[in-house]
Amino acid sequence: MDAVHSCFKDKLGQAVLPGDVFSFAVSAVEDSAVRAEKVICGPGLRRNGDEILVCKSGILRHKAPNLYWIDSQQKRYVPVKGESVIGIVTAKSGDIFKVDVGSSEQASLSYLAFEGATKRNRPNVQVGDLVYSQFIIANKDMEPELVCIDSCGRANGMGVFGADGLLFKVSLGLVRRLLVPQSEIVKDLEKIFPFEMVVGMNGRVWVKAKTVQQTLIVANLLDSCENMTAQQRQTLFKRVAEGSL
Amino acid sequence: MANDGSTKLSKNLLRMKFMQRGLDAEVKKQLEEEEKRIISDEHWYLDLPELKAKECYIVEERSYIPCEDLVYGRMSFKGFNPDVEKLMVLMNVPKEREKDEEEDDMTRMDTDITDEDMARRYGSLVESMKRRFAKKRERSSLQDSLEDVNRNVVPSQPKKTFLKPKD
Repeated sequence: MDAVHSCFKDKLGQAVLPGDVFSFAVSAVEDSAVRAEKVICGPGLRRNGDEILVCKSGILRHKAPNLYWIDSQQKRYVPVKGESVIGIVTAKSGDIFKVDVGSSEQASLSYLAFEGATKRNRPNVQVGDLVYSQFIIANKDMEPELVCIDSCGRANGMGVFGADGLLFKVSLGLVRRLLVPQSEIVKDLEKIFPFEMVVGMNGRVWVKAKTVQQTLIVANLLDSCENMTAQQRQTLFKRVAEGSL
Repeated sequence: MANDGSTKLSKNLLRMKFMQRGLDAEVKKQLEEEEKRIISDEHWYLDLPELKAKECYIVEERSYIPCEDLVYGRMSFKGFNPDVEKLMVLMNVPKEREKDEEEDDMTRMDTDITDEDMARRYGSLVESMKRRFAKKRERSSLQDSLEDVNRNVVPSQPKKTFLKPKD
């Protein structure tokens, strides 16, 4: 397995482009007794026979022990099973709702996939509502499907939300920066004033604070975080906290 | 057919029930075999060289969540939405600590009622149950003795007993 790791090693933390190939001498891998150990290629990498192809431009990242992925910037969301997104209900048709999640195709959401919903007891979902939900079917050949419950049937915060507040779009890279554990942006932001935020993996962010003005401030700050260094951000946030903006 | 000099019956005709009696063993066997072949012909199979499944040591993962350990997407700060803050704690338990937490949960299951509350409740419960099972006469004495800190029941009146009349 060292053969595999060594072929990634010199590119780690560097920019790679679609079409780059990581191939390792199969014989070397075969000889080693640790063949059972597997390489996991995350988003941006694709398996092609015995080699790994890069299919997104970005920076090659590694997580111990054997996970590699490409940290890329993009705005178009591609559904992935298990990811939680913010969707907008666009149509009600019989048993399912059509939900726009910002991907190439609208996702479907069954009316039974809400907490406590039964055939007799339908959830109150209107066209235009926001739903926080996760994908249970997402592949390139099928229509994506959403649910608002986990495997135990509990909502865990999913479902219709957002009576008021503000929904806006940011890049997928910023969303991931917000969702990273101990995110610095979130840490800086929560010092300013109390607010609530829902972050979907599809690049949609919904915020709500006590007043419309505060909601707009948070939204604008998040928007401006897209292209700022940590230092710039901290000075900006400090000025906002002091009330000079 | 005409060359043979004898007329040959069609196979389908020979297969019919009333024709079976007159058939000799060899023809019967032949027919049976043919029938078997027809049945097996109707089963589909792929006419392909056998694919050898190579052991795959590369696994694809399409989500960023396991890569970057992304957290739960709903957040609330400074008590704006207490429900969401509870959920955040619940959903963002670090994976390594999950097991320990489970054990902890067993010991502190009902944290909505504090130990003090529980003790107070039980104290009054014991009192009311005692009162319930006490007889009418004892009840008044119980009330009298309530003030006793040590709960040593000192009957205020001597217990009435049957006095045998003297002759």
